[in-house]
Amino acid sequence: MSDPITRPGVAAPRDGADQPGTDERRPGMSERGIGLLGERKKARLEELARASADKGGVSLVRDAIRRLRRNPVAIVGASIVALFVLMAIFAPLLAPHDPAQRFDELTKNLTVDNIPGASSEFPLGSDPLGRDFFSRMIYGARQTLFVGVVATLIGLSLGVLIGAISGAFGGWVDNIMMRFTDVMLALPALLLAISLVAMASRSSQWTVIFAVAIVNVPIFARLLRGSMLAQRESDHVLAARALGVKQRNIVLRHMLPNAMTAVIVQATLTLSTAILEAASLSFLGLGDPDINRAEWGLMLGVDGQRYFEVRPELAYYPALAIIVVALGFTLLGEAMREAIDPKNRR
Amino acid sequence: MLRVIVRRLLQLAVTLIALSALIFVWLRNLPGGPIEALLGERATPERRALLVKALGYDQPILVQYAKFMQRVLTGDFGNSIRTGDPVAEVIGRAFPATIELALVAMIIAIGLGVPLGYLAARHHGRLLDNLSIAGTLLGISIPIFFLGYLLKDVFTQNIHWFPPSGRLSTGVDNTEVTGFFVLDGLLTREFDATADALWHLILPALTLATIPLAVIVRITRASVLDVLNEDYVRTAEAKGLRHRVIRGRHILRNALLPVVTIIGLQTGALLSGAVLTEKVYNWGGLGTLITDSISGGRDYPVLQALILLAALVFVVVNLLVDLSYAFIDPRVRVR
Repeated sequence: MSDPITRPGVAAPRDGADQPGTDERRPGMSERGIGLLGERKKARLEELARASADKGGVSLVRDAIRRLRRNPVAIVGASIVALFVLMAIFAPLLAPHDPAQRFDELTKNLTVDNIPGASSEFPLGSDPLGRDFFSRMIYGARQTLFVGVVATLIGLSLGVLIGAISGAFGGWVDNIMMRFTDVMLALPALLLAISLVAMASRSSQWTVIFAVAIVNVPIFARLLRGSMLAQRESDHVLAARALGVKQRNIVLRHMLPNAMTAVIVQATLTLSTAILEAASLSFLGLGDPDINRAEWGLMLGVDGQRYFEVRPELAYYPALAIIVVALGFTLLGEAMREAIDPKNRR
Repeated sequence: MLRVIVRRLLQLAVTLIALSALIFVWLRNLPGGPIEALLGERATPERRALLVKALGYDQPILVQYAKFMQRVLTGDFGNSIRTGDPVAEVIGRAFPATIELALVAMIIAIGLGVPLGYLAARHHGRLLDNLSIAGTLLGISIPIFFLGYLLKDVFTQNIHWFPPSGRLSTGVDNTEVTGFFVLDGLLTREFDATADALWHLILPALTLATIPLAVIVRITRASVLDVLNEDYVRTAEAKGLRHRVIRGRHILRNALLPVVTIIGLQTGALLSGAVLTEKVYNWGGLGTLITDSISGGRDYPVLQALILLAALVFVVVNLLVDLSYAFIDPRVRVR
């Protein structure tokens, strides 16, 4: 039903175009029909055109979504992500207390080696400053989502900008842009993030977000560039050029949209690594210094580490939350990647 | 082949020079830069001016950079602000600790990862396969410093199988030759020191191996699955070749090509992970050095040398992997 002919104008993104072997099967297919377009074939083509007009065609994205809905991995991933987002949105309704408020009934029992555990009013007990740990966990969803999403969006925007310029112009522009990404890729991810944070005089929430974002810029840039360069030679771009579409419009309306699916998949996967990297920075003492901020990475990396021997729950809950959410984004991202892969289109 | 190598080397040099220039310029134009780091916040203007002159910061930036590169190329990175020792010496002391840890982690990751990935592919769709997929997903989703604390808690607090931190037990006599404690013990025939060093290595190396292990299992599995569908494997089976021969010569030999590339990329994960792991186990390697150089007031000379060193190691390893790829796979060589 999703015969390629029924989807005119939609070219599959060719992720593996750089690899040897993908192009070798193509020659021979197109030449055969040239010059032999007999009456029978013409009739057949018209028939196909009519059939496709009736169905209205299925876009690549819709096709992918249809496949996603049937994939249990995608459903699990999407459910986790949905729960996480809902928790972030409705945090004020779900949390029984203010996450920044210190409670006297908690602080009075609080010592360096004793942090009060669960009680009926405080389901997960206290944090090291006498605040309600349960409420902080719920509000944590909000802050964690914020850090992950903003870092990913910044990384994605900068990466897409670089990648699009590179892929659209090619030649020496491409060369300079790619040497630039080489420099960023010359440092392993966390080390690059550490260097960036270290270069700021004081760390704040934004230095963390910025550092995590920058780490992902070259990845997005390379991905988009590869996909766009592969399209430069493809039939739909050639067709657009032949029709006299302006270069700018070819890039913006024909090449970029096709390349974006791969970028969006990568962004989903990046959300998970961004959250993990932010947690790592907090653990190294380079995180957000705001003690009122309830963010899982911060809770795990700072309090969880410091009080691991006193009250390991302070590490267990944020760690569990981070693992589940990272897993959710990874599952969803992998399922999306599988869904848009032309190899799996049935 | 030679032309490819030369071109790659040139690219590598350009990348590293650009990185060094970037780091150099950046570090010198910071609020709270090296001058503040040396003098503290309440420095008088006179002392500041004196120090600026002494460090050569009043000269044009290009001159400063040229001098900096000149010193770097002779291995002189200046002195650590924190301890006053030469940076090269500070790094030299920490370097073997990290390399030893990373090597053992890599051995664990490859030694477990390739067989597991192979078995998973062979049991495609069955319990073992599903378990291994679940395991790899968990492996890349868990913050490894948390895993480190967990392992430490279980194996050193609850059951005392392993030592909680450090590279050697106190009281174990070890003569330093290379700085690689396992090797030193063997060289000086102090086998108890070797055993003790290995005993200390196990937990940190396991922690550090998590991510590379997960990635190697996944790639091996996917790659073996691809190869299993190839005609030549079916032919080999139809010919009635022995299982061991098919596995070794036909499947693994072809399937391991992508794995080699991934191993190169995992050097990055190892270097990043070492920073976290070393903090958990108080290891005293480059990772510990980075953390200390940042948290105890920014120790810029050490930091910039460490960043450059990490980039150098990472880039060179990846170049070597790319080149070795051409030697392992004849198809790449032709192109």
